[in-house]
Amino acid sequence: MSAYLIDILPIALLGGLLGLDVVGFPQAMISRPLVAATAGGMLVGHSMSGMIVGAALELIALETLPFGAARYPEWGSAATVGGVLYARHSADPAGAMTMAVLAAVATAWVGGWSMIQLRNVNARAAGRRQAALDSGARGTVIGLQIGGLSADLLRGILLTAVAYAALDPLVTATLGIWDVDGKLSRAMVVGVAAAVALAGGWKLFHSVPWARWVFLCGLGVGVLVLVAR
Amino acid sequence: MISRLFAIQGAWNYETLLGNGIGFCMEPALRLLPGGKKSPAFKAALARQSRYFNAHPYFAAVAVGALARVELDLEPADRIERFRTALTGPLGSVGDRLIWAGWMPFCSLVALAVFGLGGGPYAVVGTFLILYNVVHVGVRVWGLNTGWNRGLRVASALGHPVLRHGAPHVARLAALAAGIGLPLALGRVIGAGRAYPEIVLVAAMLGGALIVRLQNRIEGWRLSLVVLAVIAIASVAR
Repeated sequence: MSAYLIDILPIALLGGLLGLDVVGFPQAMISRPLVAATAGGMLVGHSMSGMIVGAALELIALETLPFGAARYPEWGSAATVGGVLYARHSADPAGAMTMAVLAAVATAWVGGWSMIQLRNVNARAAGRRQAALDSGARGTVIGLQIGGLSADLLRGILLTAVAYAALDPLVTATLGIWDVDGKLSRAMVVGVAAAVALAGGWKLFHSVPWARWVFLCGLGVGVLVLVAR
Repeated sequence: MISRLFAIQGAWNYETLLGNGIGFCMEPALRLLPGGKKSPAFKAALARQSRYFNAHPYFAAVAVGALARVELDLEPADRIERFRTALTGPLGSVGDRLIWAGWMPFCSLVALAVFGLGGGPYAVVGTFLILYNVVHVGVRVWGLNTGWNRGLRVASALGHPVLRHGAPHVARLAALAAGIGLPLALGRVIGAGRAYPEIVLVAAMLGGALIVRLQNRIEGWRLSLVVLAVIAIASVAR
């Protein structure tokens, strides 16, 4: 049990730091799935596996943009979990990528919900100190900021720890009874990621003059390079 | 102030949004008011600046610089309030279009293209982080300097051609990167031999069209969660 906790601790800390980056600090986008999953994979010694699952998650995450008050999934902690889970099965048994991506997207969903709760907690904390804020109390302004950042870090740590502790045994057990060809399983995940990425691209660019033509030119180049390699 | 800008959203909430963060970032400058941090002028200014405020977190640096300047110039309180209100809208929409809907996807897609071309973890992650953060940090530094130097005249800086007309150009760049990057990245994720390309192609076309069609009812990532769960259940229940 204690060995398992020691196993989880660095993963939870990494997930906490990357979850904090989403909104709180420093918003340098180290929380993007491509970065976070690679970091997760690196933590368990397989950065390449982390990067591959990170790329699949990045394609899905392209659709969700962190506009101010919008409600969006929290990819930092989630991609860390996904990267670690896939890297722990670096031999890539059938279904490993499906389960890692599924686990990460599910964690991102819960993470998004937890961010909303944190924002409500921040609002209540500010409301309770309204009189001090109205009187310009320096300690209150700084305290609310540091309190919010600390709570966000703790949120990411707990989310990552709970998600990893719950999903790691589930993924391992599922892979033991996975009954679909590995290449087919992987093609289905890539198909899902591609669909979300295409829809995300359409949402971003469809209203921009000439963007669809520029996209098609790029697509031609991309497909040519892909075929030539 | 510049280091505090990176934590400007630390206490973000649905009531005051970025408000507390603006006060938090300006606090070191406000200490320069006559009488220092125990003076009534400091307390009044901090109270004023910690109220509701909305802006893109990077472009909020413009507001922090400009508002700090007008506070230290001892402008009348009602004038500062009006100026603060006027800054809210433009700093939000400019940042959303330029950064969230333009620069971030562009950097992400360039990194995916590097990944698709066979780049290793350091090359892929390094490409993304360096490319993205040159602009990220640049906007924060530029914003603080511009706001501080121009004070009440900061509106003219917001009329800069890059800010007014840059978003569609960045979006077109991102579209180009999407065209090149998506097939390359998908080709690498699918792995050696690129098995079942017809499944990927059909799923991408039909699934993409479905998500676009349902865009006001369900987001793609939620749909992907459902589809992946169904795939997983079907794969173990056969």
